[in-house]
Amino acid sequence: MSKFSRRTFNRMLGGGAAVAAAGLAAPAIVHAAGAKVVVIGGGFGGATAAKYLKRFDKSIDVTLVEPSTHYMTCPFSNTVIGGLNPISFITKNYDALRAMGVKVVHQLATNVDGAKKQVTLADGSTLAFDRCIVSPGIDFRWGYVEGATETIIDHVPHAWKAGPQTLLLKEQLTAMPDGGTFIISPPPNPFRCPPGPGERISLVANYFKTYKPKSKILVLDPKKKFSKQGLFLEGWKKLYTGMIEYRNQDNDGVVRRVDAAKKMLITDFGEYKGDVINFIPAQKAGAIAATSGLADKTGWCPVDQKTFESTLVKNVHVIGDASIASPMPKSGFSASTQAKVTAAAIAATLKGETPGTPKFVNTCYSLVGPDYGISVAKVYDYKDCKIVAIKESGGLSPMGADEDFHQQEALYADGWYRSISQDIWG
Amino acid sequence: MKKRISFSVALMLVFSGASISMAKADMASSTVLANTCFSCHGTEGHSAGAMPTLAGKPAKLIEIALKAFRDGKKPSTVMQRIAKGFNEDEIKSLAEYFATVDK
Repeated sequence: MSKFSRRTFNRMLGGGAAVAAAGLAAPAIVHAAGAKVVVIGGGFGGATAAKYLKRFDKSIDVTLVEPSTHYMTCPFSNTVIGGLNPISFITKNYDALRAMGVKVVHQLATNVDGAKKQVTLADGSTLAFDRCIVSPGIDFRWGYVEGATETIIDHVPHAWKAGPQTLLLKEQLTAMPDGGTFIISPPPNPFRCPPGPGERISLVANYFKTYKPKSKILVLDPKKKFSKQGLFLEGWKKLYTGMIEYRNQDNDGVVRRVDAAKKMLITDFGEYKGDVINFIPAQKAGAIAATSGLADKTGWCPVDQKTFESTLVKNVHVIGDASIASPMPKSGFSASTQAKVTAAAIAATLKGETPGTPKFVNTCYSLVGPDYGISVAKVYDYKDCKIVAIKESGGLSPMGADEDFHQQEALYADGWYRSISQDIWG
Repeated sequence: MKKRISFSVALMLVFSGASISMAKADMASSTVLANTCFSCHGTEGHSAGAMPTLAGKPAKLIEIALKAFRDGKKPSTVMQRIAKGFNEDEIKSLAEYFATVDK
């Protein structure tokens, strides 16, 4: 069978008659039974959405489209790079989703058509939907910096999508001689996982401290400041004295050119040669967002912040990193909490109900060392058609906290990862 | 797991496309509220890691803890920051939700 046609789906339907009627004329009673939702992307946003659609209403026909049979998470990928965990620790599969009745299609979705209510897959086949959730994550703005093209990633990994890139960066660090220099260039705002670069710097520093203590880390940051900066700097001073040099926008941190062959980053005033270079490019919503007209001129996707329905394409919802959900950060936690709200809104809408009031939480843990965790949290309400951060809530771990506090936060970071992984893929 | 009715409390009848919308308080449902906790405390409050399991804990206990976190009376790492984001009714609603989940 080359196509997932409407007929194929109808054959699989439990309440096919009601849906067929619903499609033809104004129905007497609307059921969600058999309504089709296609979810694109099997990460924190997409996999959560698929699972929670089924949890909210088993009768919804849910198809998850994700090219990979094994998904590797960006959260905790820094622990793999830093040698604390094997790649298997961050590798998830879709068996549990299948067991719940989610149809998982391992293909790349190439287009979403909101008017035709149809998703096109890489092999040319199509999937019909009543509602579509797009959770494509990020793509890179190649060419944003001279010399930073997709061809460099075999030499200069970004490792900002977990998988082979994570392992390549780890291999390069493992092969690096003691006394070498690791250069990391974080991306400009907005980008996936704001505290991610700080954690990566930390866990590479931890690896160097343990195995290659003469090595150095140079950070070339195009921004003025970075997430959890005070807490990271406090931790680096305690754990990695003299190892990390941080240069920001005001201190020649802006990379103007990448010379992958020479393993060199060129700024306005300097040429920095590294043994291992981790250049993390500027970002935008995953490719399908642009090709399907879901992204605006910023490269990200504007949405109704109550239901995450695209404001550009009806019947299509965009969640996670790709969506404009500010003030929420682009994190796995955000994506998952948005997915639940979106799944609830869609389940309600398909039954003819009005979607309820959403509420969101985000907590981002970072490891400064294996036993040294820090966090930032926020709770969000939906008010006046917008997601609003609750002022009194959340915030950073306190500065000057003792060893016990940071050890607890390291344990909770691990606890968070295990619980959210279980909640999504388990 | 007990069947909860909070998510769809009303049977919605739709005649000729004219929908009757449910009159709802401006508060998120207990399901939507509780779902935000699952990311750390596990699905339905069954923790897979270091965070305490909430499933089946007495409602009063959860309510007292959340209020104590909120008011800064109970030491914590992150919960005193998170609890400040929930009002009295939301805290009660959360406490009741987790109390009704099987251990």
